[in-house]
Amino acid sequence: MTTLTKTEGDKAPTGPGSFLSVRDLRVRFSTEDGIVKAVDGLSFDVERGKTLGIVGESGSGKSVTNLTVLGLHNPKSTTVEGEIILEGRDLVTASEKEMEKLRGNKVAMIFQDPLTALSPYYTVGRQIAEPFMKHTGASKREARERAIEMLTKVGIPQPRTRVDDYPHQFSGGMRQRAMIAMALVCDPDLLIADEPTTALDVTVQAQILDLLKDLQQEFGSAIIFITHDLGVISDMADDLLVMYSGRAVERGSVREVLREPKHPYTWGLLSSMPRLGGDTSQALNPIPGSPPSLLNPPSGCPFHPRCAFTDKVSGNRCSTERPALGEGRAAACHLTAEQKQTIFIDTIQPRLR
Amino acid sequence: MLQFLIRRLIGAVVIMFLIGAFTFFLFYTVPQDFAALSCGKNCSPENLAVIRENLGLDKPITTQFWEFMTGIVAGRDFPQGHCSAPCLGVSFDSGNFVWDSIVDRFPLTLSLTVGGLVIFLTLGLGSGLLAAWKRGTVVDKVVSGASIVLSSFQIYLLGPIVLGILVYSSGIMENPKYHPFTENPGTWALGLLIPWVVMATIFTAQYTRMSRSTMIEQLQEEHVRTARAKGMSQRYVFFRYAWRGSLIPIVTILGIDLSALLAGAVVTEFTFDLPGLGRLAVDSSLTKDLPLTMGIMLFGAFFILILNIIVDLAYAYIDPRVRLS
Amino acid sequence: MSDNLTLPAQQGSTGASTEALLKVEGLTKHFPIYGGFPIKRKVGAVQAVDNVDLTVGVGESVGLVGESGCGKSTTGRLITRLLEPTGGKIEYAGQDITHAKRKQLAPVRSEIQMIFQDPYSSLNPRQTVGTIIKSPMEVNGINPAGGREKRVRELLELVGLNPEHYNRFPHEFSGGQRQRIGVARALALNPKLIVADEPVSALDVSIQAQVVNLLQKVQEEMGIAFLFIAHDLAVVRHFSQRVAVMYLGKVVEVGDRDSIYNRPRHPYTHALLSAVPEVAMDDETENRERIRLAGDVPSPISPPSGCRFRTRCWKAQDKCATEEPPLVQISGNRENHLTACHFPEEPSIEARSEDVVMDPALKALEKDGDVPKG
Repeated sequence: MTTLTKTEGDKAPTGPGSFLSVRDLRVRFSTEDGIVKAVDGLSFDVERGKTLGIVGESGSGKSVTNLTVLGLHNPKSTTVEGEIILEGRDLVTASEKEMEKLRGNKVAMIFQDPLTALSPYYTVGRQIAEPFMKHTGASKREARERAIEMLTKVGIPQPRTRVDDYPHQFSGGMRQRAMIAMALVCDPDLLIADEPTTALDVTVQAQILDLLKDLQQEFGSAIIFITHDLGVISDMADDLLVMYSGRAVERGSVREVLREPKHPYTWGLLSSMPRLGGDTSQALNPIPGSPPSLLNPPSGCPFHPRCAFTDKVSGNRCSTERPALGEGRAAACHLTAEQKQTIFIDTIQPRLR
Repeated sequence: MLQFLIRRLIGAVVIMFLIGAFTFFLFYTVPQDFAALSCGKNCSPENLAVIRENLGLDKPITTQFWEFMTGIVAGRDFPQGHCSAPCLGVSFDSGNFVWDSIVDRFPLTLSLTVGGLVIFLTLGLGSGLLAAWKRGTVVDKVVSGASIVLSSFQIYLLGPIVLGILVYSSGIMENPKYHPFTENPGTWALGLLIPWVVMATIFTAQYTRMSRSTMIEQLQEEHVRTARAKGMSQRYVFFRYAWRGSLIPIVTILGIDLSALLAGAVVTEFTFDLPGLGRLAVDSSLTKDLPLTMGIMLFGAFFILILNIIVDLAYAYIDPRVRLS
Repeated sequence: MSDNLTLPAQQGSTGASTEALLKVEGLTKHFPIYGGFPIKRKVGAVQAVDNVDLTVGVGESVGLVGESGCGKSTTGRLITRLLEPTGGKIEYAGQDITHAKRKQLAPVRSEIQMIFQDPYSSLNPRQTVGTIIKSPMEVNGINPAGGREKRVRELLELVGLNPEHYNRFPHEFSGGQRQRIGVARALALNPKLIVADEPVSALDVSIQAQVVNLLQKVQEEMGIAFLFIAHDLAVVRHFSQRVAVMYLGKVVEVGDRDSIYNRPRHPYTHALLSAVPEVAMDDETENRERIRLAGDVPSPISPPSGCRFRTRCWKAQDKCATEEPPLVQISGNRENHLTACHFPEEPSIEARSEDVVMDPALKALEKDGDVPKG
């Protein structure tokens, strides 16, 4: 029934500037209810010093992708296919020992909830110093000095005394700062930030986002920034990948994707979101229905059951044929370029006022 | 922290007083003439009166209670002589001081309990950790299966079986016997080895299952994942991060199990015919030797209270959130 | 009983009415803290809500925004009388319900309903949807024409669920659908006021809009007044005719939507608005002021003296520490736009010639003039 078109992955060579390149990644979990296709044929590149935003709702596979990059998935119940190439090395086939050398060193991660992501049993200083000692061979004293330096950098007041505090003695915003200090302690080339500000208040979020941007300029790390919030991504990212049901549905620069979106799902996201400058007399335009189950994803285009424009595509291609995501600026949709243009200008843009 | 300790100690004193009062009035309000019990079959009214006076039973109950309680703190005089500080009264049956009888029997019970505790914690937590580390493998299945089988055994069933095999039929080991630790630690350990192992078996199974499941739970914690994301080795993460967190539920259950452990010691003493505190307690209640029963009860309660304070201190040691709040 | 529950037809659909449905004056809630040595006693209080004034007109939708710990949820729970106020006065339809007993409260309870944040934990997993929606009618002894079951089916249809799903259990529904069940339950008693505590913040973006639209439909078509409590400023702006901004247990600014979002005066409102991440649809939206506060909200156990925002405020002076600014219509404010500030900001959210950056780390990193975009 479903004709899976060959995905874009295998033909794209690693770009010259790209430092991480993911090709045709497929991640499946076996659960009691069946096989969950968490990520299904995903490809993307991250350039040095740039920020790639990955946006998607819960269950879109955005977090799983990045746990897989670091090899933090459960190896027993998960199968990973495809390639994750970091500086010419394939991480999918790398040994646990190799991965350990990489984690926290070349590639570091920031998690969503700093309260649960930091161990309550050890001091903040120790948790920051640990990876530094492990990866640079520094002594305990040197690592402690480094931890204090990092705490200063991320704006913790009185770092010399706070270094010996436990995470529960920090406020929410300070904990996330400590988490950032921990991630940057070895000066990583790539920082993966998984919803780093979702658990924070809006004024604190603004501080943390600016801090990340400023630190990126200083450290020169590439960032993969995962979020469900288009506002945050608009502020943070250079490039953007929109994910839905384990697949990338649209890709381009942030400006392109947010100002001239080409995929019906991106249209839906933008027009369902109230904005501070929006017209309040106009009702929001939600996407009907709910996200599909990853146990039994829809055939063809995963978005077709919620899509309002399937009738514009000849035949029933939307439900039978999986649309491919082209190179560069692209959207995985069967609508023709002209159709997308017309629909966006006539129907979608008026909603975004 | 010090405040916490002091508050707990004050609380313990209050609880001890309440337990003392409760047991005292419970026992002394039963319609039973203790003097007659103590006097025996050929009892003359004169003898009875003397005994009654010696035991202080002729005084009003509140006075008796007052004397009992002050006796614990300051000691008390009896016709037999002075009963020094923690005085729990005089046994109706033997006429000995209750405290002396307890001190006489306690080392055996303590040896049994502590020895069993050390063995089942080592074996139980060790095999639980092993099963969690090797989760899903044959090792895990064997350990988990064995712990389920073993946990269905009982001391009074396992005891005779082990005795039959190791002592009566093969003669590899001698019948369990208590030698004071201070005399020769070697013979002390050898003499109690069989009761320890039998008692520990039942608890080991429970702690294996518990430490396995809490470890597996902890390994799913986000902060454990963070530690892995920092590049810490699996072994380091397992023993430093996950293990620390899984200690809390284990210590909690251990605190609850301490009284069960004392009860286990009683059964063990009977199974192996060892003259410990448990035996003394059962004997005293059979002979209706109330001061002795009460004394042992209070002593046991005291012991459990102290252990509970130690458990609380362990919490504070393990978890800085407890320590610093 | 059910007779006097008929709704005022289409009353609030045009906006704020003059008639106050709910009037809150000086509302205060302090949660005691116990501690001390050797005997535990009351050593302090979490001043969750402190002297809050608030009015909700018939059929009006009022938004209550603020960050975590500002007391907005506590305020909602006090108004629905799920919590007992420490002080102040709650007046509903002219009736003082501040300390009303269970019996006196009964008729009012059915008119004030609540929608909770978490659609997973606020529905009993062992009851069918029908039972969940029906039980408020049973508790209050309401017998609608045609029977309760018929009414439940109508409600299910109204909130966009299939009436056939009457006998299903909550776990068979998605998050958004569960929140619709919560809405149906709140509507079961024909309420006049719904207190919605973060009703969409647990939902995915695409589902959020569905629920916001549903609530808006209910509010407009049935003339139900709403107290909409949320931390998302854009959602509150979309939903509310009037908005109150809370900080550390106090209302710092209140006014109609336009005043708060386009002509804010309180520095905290400025900071909040400037912190909202916005999708840059065109270059105009990028021309917003940039204010970055330092640190987190102080503890409500010992809030700063005078103005509670002064410790994070860039305009704070000595007066702010000694004198608490009253919530009044300061000069330059439009009618009904009240601000509690001694040194208010200009009523504009346009970018300033120089950003306000209080955060020491940001200051240090941006010293060399590499101000990040945005």
